[in-house]
Amino acid sequence: MALPPYAGPGETLWYYSFRFICGAIFLFLILPVVIVVPLSFNVEPYFTFTSGMLSFDPEAFSLRWYLDIFQNGMADPSQTFGWNWIVDSWNNAQWVHSTKNSFFIAIIVTILATSLGTLAALGLSQSDLPYRGAIMGILISPMIVPLIITAAGMYFFYSDVGLAQTYTGIILAHTALGTPFVVITVTATMISFDRSLIRAGANLGAPPPTVFFKVIMPLILPGVISGGLFAFITSFDEVVAVLFLSGFEQRTIPRQMWSGIREQISPTILAVATILVFISICLLTFVEILRRRSEKLRGITPA
Amino acid sequence: MVDATINNGNKSDGLLTDDGQSLKAKLALATRRNKTKAFLLVAPLLFFIVITFVWPIGVMLYRSVNSPQFTNAFSSTAVVIKDWDGQGLPSEEVFTAFVADMVQARKDRTIGKAGTRINYELPGTRSLFTGTARKAKKLEAPFKESLIAVNEKWANPEIWAAVKRLSSRYTLSFYLASLDLKYDKSGEIVTQPEDRQIYVTLFLRTFWISGLVMLFTILLGYPVAYLLSVLPLRTSNLLMIMVLLPFWTSLLVRTTAWIALLQREGIINDVLVFIGVISDENRIQMIYNQAGTIIAMTHILLPFMVLPLFSVMKTIPPSYMRAARSLGATQFTAYTRVYMPLTLPGIGAGSVLVFILSVGYYITPALVGGRTGTLISNVIAGHMQQSLNWGLAAALGALLLASVLVLYWFYNKIVGVDNMKFG
Repeated sequence: MALPPYAGPGETLWYYSFRFICGAIFLFLILPVVIVVPLSFNVEPYFTFTSGMLSFDPEAFSLRWYLDIFQNGMADPSQTFGWNWIVDSWNNAQWVHSTKNSFFIAIIVTILATSLGTLAALGLSQSDLPYRGAIMGILISPMIVPLIITAAGMYFFYSDVGLAQTYTGIILAHTALGTPFVVITVTATMISFDRSLIRAGANLGAPPPTVFFKVIMPLILPGVISGGLFAFITSFDEVVAVLFLSGFEQRTIPRQMWSGIREQISPTILAVATILVFISICLLTFVEILRRRSEKLRGITPA
Repeated sequence: MVDATINNGNKSDGLLTDDGQSLKAKLALATRRNKTKAFLLVAPLLFFIVITFVWPIGVMLYRSVNSPQFTNAFSSTAVVIKDWDGQGLPSEEVFTAFVADMVQARKDRTIGKAGTRINYELPGTRSLFTGTARKAKKLEAPFKESLIAVNEKWANPEIWAAVKRLSSRYTLSFYLASLDLKYDKSGEIVTQPEDRQIYVTLFLRTFWISGLVMLFTILLGYPVAYLLSVLPLRTSNLLMIMVLLPFWTSLLVRTTAWIALLQREGIINDVLVFIGVISDENRIQMIYNQAGTIIAMTHILLPFMVLPLFSVMKTIPPSYMRAARSLGATQFTAYTRVYMPLTLPGIGAGSVLVFILSVGYYITPALVGGRTGTLISNVIAGHMQQSLNWGLAAALGALLLASVLVLYWFYNKIVGVDNMKFG
């Protein structure tokens, strides 16, 4: 949108002030995400920039909070670095423990949610499905219902059936919360999918499984993967259900951050936050690549 | 397809397939098979969601009308007190059953739960119940007099009115409590005393904050979405990252960042002090209050406004605006009369989405809301985890859920769930 040559002074002024306003809004969007990165290198236990940091004094920066991620909770944090240190950290450090939990839960949730959600989306995209609207409504509901209600309901239910404070309980809860994203993304991909390709495949003599794996799957794969990533990040980020369902043993990274913010606020949280920002940058890049790829497949290329 | 076959064939049953069956029957069979196949694909997830999600929530909401803690403990009292007309004190028969139940309840250790339950109806009665239960075994007939001798509060008809109300296991009192109402001693529905009216205010505050957040996301999201939709695809893809990165970043990271920015010793205050706008002792309190909640929630929910707005604006041809300009409209008129009305579906979709999400927000208000910025979800969580008044939590949850479902219905009308997109 270049400024047209006939623009008057008022329009020119508006053109530049509009850009300035937009720049300010972009700053508002991105600043809180990037501000945690420099803050996490603070040598002092403060949540703000010290004067030393502002004058780029090397003394004012440190990696102590990153070290703290691995040390906090260790049986003997003072021992020298070596194999025993690693073992101790792997087994005892609280953040390491919650990181292991987070990945373990999120990966299983991703597998479960992606397979269940993709199957359902395949069914939903067929026009023959009876009560389509109602079924879609139920499948999407975990995304709409306020999390606190979901968590409260699951708390009672899982306590009754003996799944409270177990990994199974959290995995089931997160799978329920993650599937709507898979259903929505895969259904969206299926809409642009040319159904005559299925008939063409069958016509050429391929049995249904072959058609599925050789024709349908490669074409909807970008949708399936980005749905899976959504399920992953949903589980990885989720804290309300974990607050209600997990015990000390099952605490995840967001749960640990939650108690960190509420109880003993230390810049270790900022160090963890920085790592999480980098994880989300990686995920975002991955999703963008997928999106471009599927656009290319469908013949839409950036101008 | 069925109709077409019938119209084309002269007699609807006349057309036969090569195995001799009528085409119509064959087609119906094929359709049915497809339906079953489609349903079988959906079935596993549907089953899973119903079992692990819909059913638990249903059971939880059932707690808002069902509270058997009292009738479980005082089952025989519940039967006999039904005949009491509510005038004066109940008969000796009721007192006899009551003391017998109390002795039993103390033995079964259910007296505490029953006392807690009646305490919701009539604050301050829990200790009366548990205290008297300790002495109930030694009481002798006539029980009316001996009970009153233990504690003269038993002569208060209000207590017996509450006992009578609890003699049914189904109750509306939790819903009344969520709306700041209660039963008075004669069983009429009246408003709570002034100092106990909290929930209506809280619901209103939740809607108010959600409305403000919605408004701010429109104000901030609209220009950005517009800019993204008119820039060349390469530039807009790049700028889109600025919208998508916060969207993909953990909620807790963003909330933590806002704490670092907004707190009294935080970055914004430091900057303001440094440039001399405020003095060091007059640092602005921007967090742990309503302002903090609104700022953080606006930031967190902004992508949910930008994305639907962007997808609508992308479809508006730029030639419309040029046409309006060439017909003599000023820039302003062209915007307000041509462009804005075309973006209304996007505004609607984004607004409902943001409103639905913010009405049920829990984490951010709990961390940065302080006392004045908490929402209804936080109170539900409080009743779940601290005061353990699960009936009231369920009733508040049911009201919250009902309002969200109404909004969701609107959303479905405006955009349709099928058109929801991410990223």
